[in-house]
Amino acid sequence: MVRDLELSILEILFEDARTTIPQMAVMTGHSEEEITAVIRSLEAQKIILKYPAMINWDKVENEMVEALIEVRVTPQRDAGFDAIAEQIYRFEEVSSVYLMSGAYDLMVMLKASSVKKLALFVAEKLSTLDNVISTATHFVLKKYKIEGVICEGKQNDDRLVISP
Amino acid sequence: MNYEKLLCQRVAAVPPSGIRKFFDIVSEMKDAISLGVGEPDFNTPWTINDAAIYSLRQGKTHYTGNAGLMELRQLIAEYMKTRFDVAYNPKNEIFVTIGASEGIDVALRTLIEPGDEVLLPDPSYVSYSPGIIFAGGVPVPVVTREEDEFRLTPEALRAAITPKTKALILPYPNNPTGAVMNRGHLEAIAEVLRGTDIFVISDEIYAELTYNGEKHVSFASIEDMWERTITLNGFSKAFAMTGWRLGYACGPKEIITVMLKVHQYAIMCAPTASQYAAVEALKSAMDSDYASVRQMHRTYDRRRRIMLDAYKEMGLECFEPRGAFYTFPCIKRTGLTSQEFAERLLREQKVAVVPGTAFGESGEGFVRCSYATATDKVIEAMRRMKEFMKNFK
Repeated sequence: MVRDLELSILEILFEDARTTIPQMAVMTGHSEEEITAVIRSLEAQKIILKYPAMINWDKVENEMVEALIEVRVTPQRDAGFDAIAEQIYRFEEVSSVYLMSGAYDLMVMLKASSVKKLALFVAEKLSTLDNVISTATHFVLKKYKIEGVICEGKQNDDRLVISP
Repeated sequence: MNYEKLLCQRVAAVPPSGIRKFFDIVSEMKDAISLGVGEPDFNTPWTINDAAIYSLRQGKTHYTGNAGLMELRQLIAEYMKTRFDVAYNPKNEIFVTIGASEGIDVALRTLIEPGDEVLLPDPSYVSYSPGIIFAGGVPVPVVTREEDEFRLTPEALRAAITPKTKALILPYPNNPTGAVMNRGHLEAIAEVLRGTDIFVISDEIYAELTYNGEKHVSFASIEDMWERTITLNGFSKAFAMTGWRLGYACGPKEIITVMLKVHQYAIMCAPTASQYAAVEALKSAMDSDYASVRQMHRTYDRRRRIMLDAYKEMGLECFEPRGAFYTFPCIKRTGLTSQEFAERLLREQKVAVVPGTAFGESGEGFVRCSYATATDKVIEAMRRMKEFMKNFK
C-alpha cells in the first residue's frame, strides 16, 4: 500500500513538480500529513533528488554545445569505477556521468560555450586523468525527446470532441 | 422517389443520437475543454502500432479466419481466465469482433425474435436501445437510481420481467454513470435469473477500469451464469485502441457458433492488421504484468478524485463512481435541465459535458463528465465549472 502511494506521488511529481501537497492529497485519497511524510522519506532516501523544470536549452543558448563522451578507464583496486567517476563528475562542466556496459565504461555528458572549449576540456582535463585510457567525443546536434518528453512534435488531441 | 415510403419504418423512427447535436456546437468552439469524450486520451502504446506496421510490411493483408486469428483467440482465452476467472475455449467459444459494438449488434440479432423484450439499465450507453430495435426487439429500460449508485437492483429487474423477456444487457462498469456491480450485487441478479430462460449480454468493455481496489467481477464467473451469458469485451478502453475497432465475444459454443454465422455473412472477419496489433497488446501486457494498463489506471484514478473533490467544493452532488472513466454529477439543484446545463456551461465557461438524457430518460438531472482528458485540462475544467456554479448560489 505504501509502495503504491510512493509510486503515485513520484508519478505526479515527475509529471508536474509544482503539484501542491493538498492537490496530491486529493489525487491519491490520502491525508496531507501522509503525503508530506512520504515525500520527506523519498527525499531522505535520495529517491527524489531535486525539483527542476525540464528545459530545452537549445532554444535559449544557441551557442551552448553539448557532447557525449565515451570514456574507457582502468578500474581501481579498491574503489572500482567509483573513484574515477567521482574525479570526473566533480567538474561543473560535466552534467551527467553513467557507468555503462559494453564497449566503454563511463558515459559523460558535457556542456560548454563553444566546440573548442569543450574539445579542450576533454583533451586537457578528461584525457589526462590517471586512469583514463581513451575518450571519444560525440557532439549533440539536436534533441528530439528528453526524459520522455517530445521536444517539438505536435501533441494535438485529435479525438472527436464529443463521443458516446 | 418517395424516400419516406422506401425506408424501413422501424429504422427511420429511431431518433438520431442526442450527442450529435451537441457535437456540432462544441466542434465550432475553439478553446473549449471537452469532458465529453468517451475514449482514452492516451495514445496506443507504440509497440502495438509497431506490430501492426510490421504485419503490413510482411504483407499480412488478407482475410483471417472468420473467428479471427487462432493466436489471438488463445491469448484472449488466457486473458479472460487469468484476469477475470472465466474459461472459454478459443476454438469455439470466442470470436473476434469489430469492437465490442459489433458484439452487441450480433448478439442482439442472434437472439431476438420480433417482439422479444430486452431489458437494459437506464441510463446506459447509447447503442443498446437502437440495436435492439434494429434487430426487431423491444427495448425495456429498467430505471437505475442514484441512491443505488446506479446499479441494477434485483427488485427493479424482477419487476421488469415479462413472459416476453428474452435477454438482459448488463453493462458494468457503466457508461455514463461509472457504476460498478460487485460480486454480491451480481449474485443477487443471478438469483433472479436462475430458473428463467433470460439470456445475459454482459458488456464488460471497461473491465480494466475499476477503482478503490475493487476488482471487476465478470458475470459469467457467477455460479450457473456462464451458460446464459455472452461476455463482450475489447481493446479500446484497456489498451487505448479505439480506432483499431477490435473486440471479442465469448460464450457457450451453441450461441457463439450462431453469432459467428451472422458475423461471417455480415463482416467476414475483423481487420487483419488490428488483430496483429491486438496480439501484441495482450502479449506485451502479459509480459510486463500489465504495467502500461496499470499506469493508465492510476492516472485515471487521480483525475477521478480531482473531479469528485471539485464537485464537493462547488456544491454538486455526485455518488462516487468506481468504474470506467466517467463521473455523473447531479445538477438538479441548479434548476436547469441536463440539456440546458450543458449548453449554458459550454457557452459561458467553454466546458463541454454530455447531458445525461443522451443515455436515457433517467439521465435527466445529471451530466456525464469524462476524465479521459489530460490532468491539467481536468483541473482547468473544474475551475471553470466552479465559476459557473456561482450562478446558482
